Amino acid sequence: MKYRVTHTTKYTYSENVTLCHNIAHLLPRITPNQSCQLSQLLIDPLPANVNEWSDLFGNRRASFSIQMPHKELSVTAISEVEVFSSTLPPGETSIGWEQAVEYINTTSDPDIIDNRLYVLESDFTDFIMDVVSYSKPSFRKDRPLLDAVENLMHRIHQDFKYDPGFSTIATPLKEVLKHKKGVCQDFAHLAITCLRMQGLAARYVSGYLETIPPQGKEKLVGADASHAWFSVYVPHLGWVDFDPTNAKIPKEQHITVAWGRDYADVAPLKGIIFGGGKKNRLDVSVDVERIKT
Amino acid sequence: MHDGGIRSHWHYLMEALDGMGSAELQHRREEAWRLIRENDGTYNIYGDPGGMGRPWKLDLVPLLIESKEWQTIEAGLMQRAELLNLVLEDFYGPRHLVRNGILPPELLYSHPGFLYPCANIPMPGSRALTFYAADLVRDTDGQINVLSDRTQAPSGTGYALENRLVISRVLPSLFRDSHTHRLANFFRTTRNTLNTLSPREGEEPNIVLLSPGPANETYFEHAYLANYLGYTLVEGEDLTVRDNRVWLSTLEGLRPVDVIMRRMDDSYCDPVELRDDSYLGVPGLTNVARMGNVSIANPLGSGILENPALLAFLPTLSKYFLGEDLRIPSLQTWWCGIPAQREHVLANLHRLVIKPVHPGIGFRVHFGAELSRQQLDELKQSISARPHLYVGQESVSMSTVPVLDKTGLRPRHSVLRGFLIAGESDYMVMPGGLTRVSSSEDTLMVSNQAGGISKDTWVLATEPEKHISLLSERRQARLAPDRGGEVPGRVADNMFWVGRYAERAEFSSRLLRLALQFLETGEGAGSTAFKQLLIAVTNQTTTYPGFTALTDTDNVEMLEAELLTVISNQQKAGSLSQTLSALLRSARSVRDRLSSDTWRVINDIDKELRSLSDISQDRIVDALDELDNLITALTAFTGLTLENMVRGRSWSFLDTGRRIERALQIIRLTKSTVATVTSGEDETLLSDSMLTIVDSLMTYRRRYRYGVKIPQLLDLVLCDENNPRSLAYQFSRLEEHIAALPHKEESDIQSELVRVAQEAASLVRLADVNRLSVPNKESNRRDTLDNFLDILAVRLPALADSLTVTYFHTTKAPHQLVQLRSRSTT
Repeated sequence: MKYRVTHTTKYTYSENVTLCHNIAHLLPRITPNQSCQLSQLLIDPLPANVNEWSDLFGNRRASFSIQMPHKELSVTAISEVEVFSSTLPPGETSIGWEQAVEYINTTSDPDIIDNRLYVLESDFTDFIMDVVSYSKPSFRKDRPLLDAVENLMHRIHQDFKYDPGFSTIATPLKEVLKHKKGVCQDFAHLAITCLRMQGLAARYVSGYLETIPPQGKEKLVGADASHAWFSVYVPHLGWVDFDPTNAKIPKEQHITVAWGRDYADVAPLKGIIFGGGKKNRLDVSVDVERIKT
Repeated sequence: MHDGGIRSHWHYLMEALDGMGSAELQHRREEAWRLIRENDGTYNIYGDPGGMGRPWKLDLVPLLIESKEWQTIEAGLMQRAELLNLVLEDFYGPRHLVRNGILPPELLYSHPGFLYPCANIPMPGSRALTFYAADLVRDTDGQINVLSDRTQAPSGTGYALENRLVISRVLPSLFRDSHTHRLANFFRTTRNTLNTLSPREGEEPNIVLLSPGPANETYFEHAYLANYLGYTLVEGEDLTVRDNRVWLSTLEGLRPVDVIMRRMDDSYCDPVELRDDSYLGVPGLTNVARMGNVSIANPLGSGILENPALLAFLPTLSKYFLGEDLRIPSLQTWWCGIPAQREHVLANLHRLVIKPVHPGIGFRVHFGAELSRQQLDELKQSISARPHLYVGQESVSMSTVPVLDKTGLRPRHSVLRGFLIAGESDYMVMPGGLTRVSSSEDTLMVSNQAGGISKDTWVLATEPEKHISLLSERRQARLAPDRGGEVPGRVADNMFWVGRYAERAEFSSRLLRLALQFLETGEGAGSTAFKQLLIAVTNQTTTYPGFTALTDTDNVEMLEAELLTVISNQQKAGSLSQTLSALLRSARSVRDRLSSDTWRVINDIDKELRSLSDISQDRIVDALDELDNLITALTAFTGLTLENMVRGRSWSFLDTGRRIERALQIIRLTKSTVATVTSGEDETLLSDSMLTIVDSLMTYRRRYRYGVKIPQLLDLVLCDENNPRSLAYQFSRLEEHIAALPHKEESDIQSELVRVAQEAASLVRLADVNRLSVPNKESNRRDTLDNFLDILAVRLPALADSLTVTYFHTTKAPHQLVQLRSRSTT
């Protein structure tokens, strides 16, 4: 499936910003299931410089600075991406989850050894005992890995309420677990923590999801949003994505932008500004449209 | 180091010390301490309010290392530096060590010192690791071991240098006859190396020393080294990133920065890509380094090498990279992140030293041997919960060195920090180092934070060495014309306040001394003039309500109590003590801009401040002596800044602050004294007081021998431009200073400031003293004088504010961009 994604972030400040330095993770990476024909950043006002490089996780990272005074900053990423569908073998035929842990810890394959960075605790994945007790039911002895993770994904989808008003970026995992509420980001972090505490490699994926309007209704431009899900490393198979927010294994509707240990590694846009006053406004619009081929 | 007997190379020193006799030794010991206090050698202790500016402690007896043994140490340290450099280049480059299974990936990836955004950033220079230091201990068998490696921003070279300068002064002939290796060459290599790091070829590089600021434990050293090496000492706010480059923002405008000698921990250096809660750093710095437009030494990310878990793997890494064994072994260390090593640690907890892999994880060093059974169990649990955060280290039975205390020579445990700098083809080891000894014989902890003492370290050469010092070279370098212009706004701000506080302190001391004299001698007791003088104390120091609220001016005890408050109560806003503390704080923030003679005087002021705080009300008369001493010190300070400072930007801001404050003080004093109409004795007493405080009594007497003439007095104190203590003089100087300020492109603020200063100056010049002296019969005040002074008084704070906004704090504080969460669902 081919898409054109337009992601606009707009900041409005009450006072002039005299200087800002920013980092963006907005340009989609190329993956085994995804190609990217075109991608560009449109920044207004014109930045003094834009630099792009590949970060430790292989993402396309861009930095830019604006040196003229401004009260409005708009960053638009336009990308054309093709996502290919892949088929997974049946979950029950995969390697047992304990064997997967064993494999990751004993392999001599450099790339797989490197994946062990995705087993470690990180800023947004607090290793707390509550997480272990939550994940226990999904990790029965000798259960096939894909089966176990799919079960975990379904349980999160069932047990947790999607509630954009409940959590913020700073809400700790403990609170999310306690109140059983959150957004896609929280669910991804929860699942990742469950997997890592079992000794598995799991990573955070940031991207977009094509939304399909209800039958007979026109799709609204800009109604989409950025999305997040997780991926688990399955020996001999590679990384497999899961979307706990929608209880789906991503196929052709998930567009990957970047991945990392957690949100902090791949925040779409972050930066430091000088000035800007006390009041500022943030507007985001995302539009995922299919391109006819 | 006298294990059983004294090593032979110590004989000469020990005999010489012995020959001096204990009285002479104690005398020289005190002399050494005095020199350190005079240079204001300090080490700040965190978490202790009294720990700021604690004097650096130095033992009289140097540590001796003979030539042959030093060669072994030198070779071992060079090998280790090469090895760690290769590890660093690998960690931030191909990561072969991890990917090929030579090191457990968790050792790198879980350590807070590994900065992910710094992966693949080019590390310029012949070696990525520019500065390296190692802490060495000798065990009772004589074997030297490395206790830990310092790679973040190794501290101590400045203290080592200071120790050398002091000891070679107090033990001159011993030092000369011992053929000790000199240190200067090490610093010369440091300068060469930093020069070669510059990304701009063919041009003289601009190098700055980046410090976290005066609150940092080793700030003394930052200022000391910046001066010694001839670099500008900067804090994060002095630097800015534009056009993919780093710039030093000076009063003259932006100057490019090519090399940063980094004394700030790397994770704090850039809130954009590293710790986003850091207010110390330079936003955007990481990206400039990535572009190769600035070189940072040590490079961002170098702190990873301080992970003590690496010690467990260094022998393997040495074989892997160099094909040889470590020449100096590390103290045996086990990392709990690996099951086999963890088991060893847990089984031997009671005799090992347990350390965190990173200081940021909030775990202090534990000595297993000192723990109770219960404490050991708790430690076991902590380790089992997050094993990769801990290492266990063999506890060493350290050999001892002699230390001179009040009673004589005592044995103490010691740690030697050796320093290396990457040269063109090799690492260079400082021939010497920083030796630190434990605070008591039983303590194994050797640290400055725990109150340790340091020693000079003498590496004995077989032949005498030619003497070179960078100090004389630097003096020549300092005369380079462009150096004077590099004054960051923060420095100008502090200079300005040094000037203001020094002047305020001097004025307050003079007034307080006078008031106290009257009170203690009973002269003028009960008179209107005396009462007026007391109110002047409150007005001048703004310690309201103070004497303005006193109804009973005959109660001497109450008056004494209030005077004492104004003199020595640090908590009281406006008190002399508070002004002095503020003066010291501002001066310490610009310590690299003040001469060592000035520091001597500043230390005298500090001493007086402490004496003043000790005065009790029943001994208030003692305050008179202390105020005398204080006034002498403050006058000396003024004299030194007047005579011994280059008339550059720094000086001009200091003097601007002084002039503004003096003008304000004269205005207030005139209003509190002669603006009130009095007669006879009262008039004489008040006008004499005023003249005394502005130090113009003699001039007045010489000119006008008879009685009090208010117009003449006003002429001398307000309008006489030849009197450096007159109001007119202050405004003339201000006018000059402001006219010479750099012009700011974006606004006319400078011409506006010049206009305000000129206007005020001419107002004073044209003042008609006869008209100003006319009393108003009804109000019993000189209203015209009051109004005239009020008009001038409002201009001064406005002028100070404009200076602050225009020159000192030109940028607003940075903050984070708001972030939005991903929130999609279907």
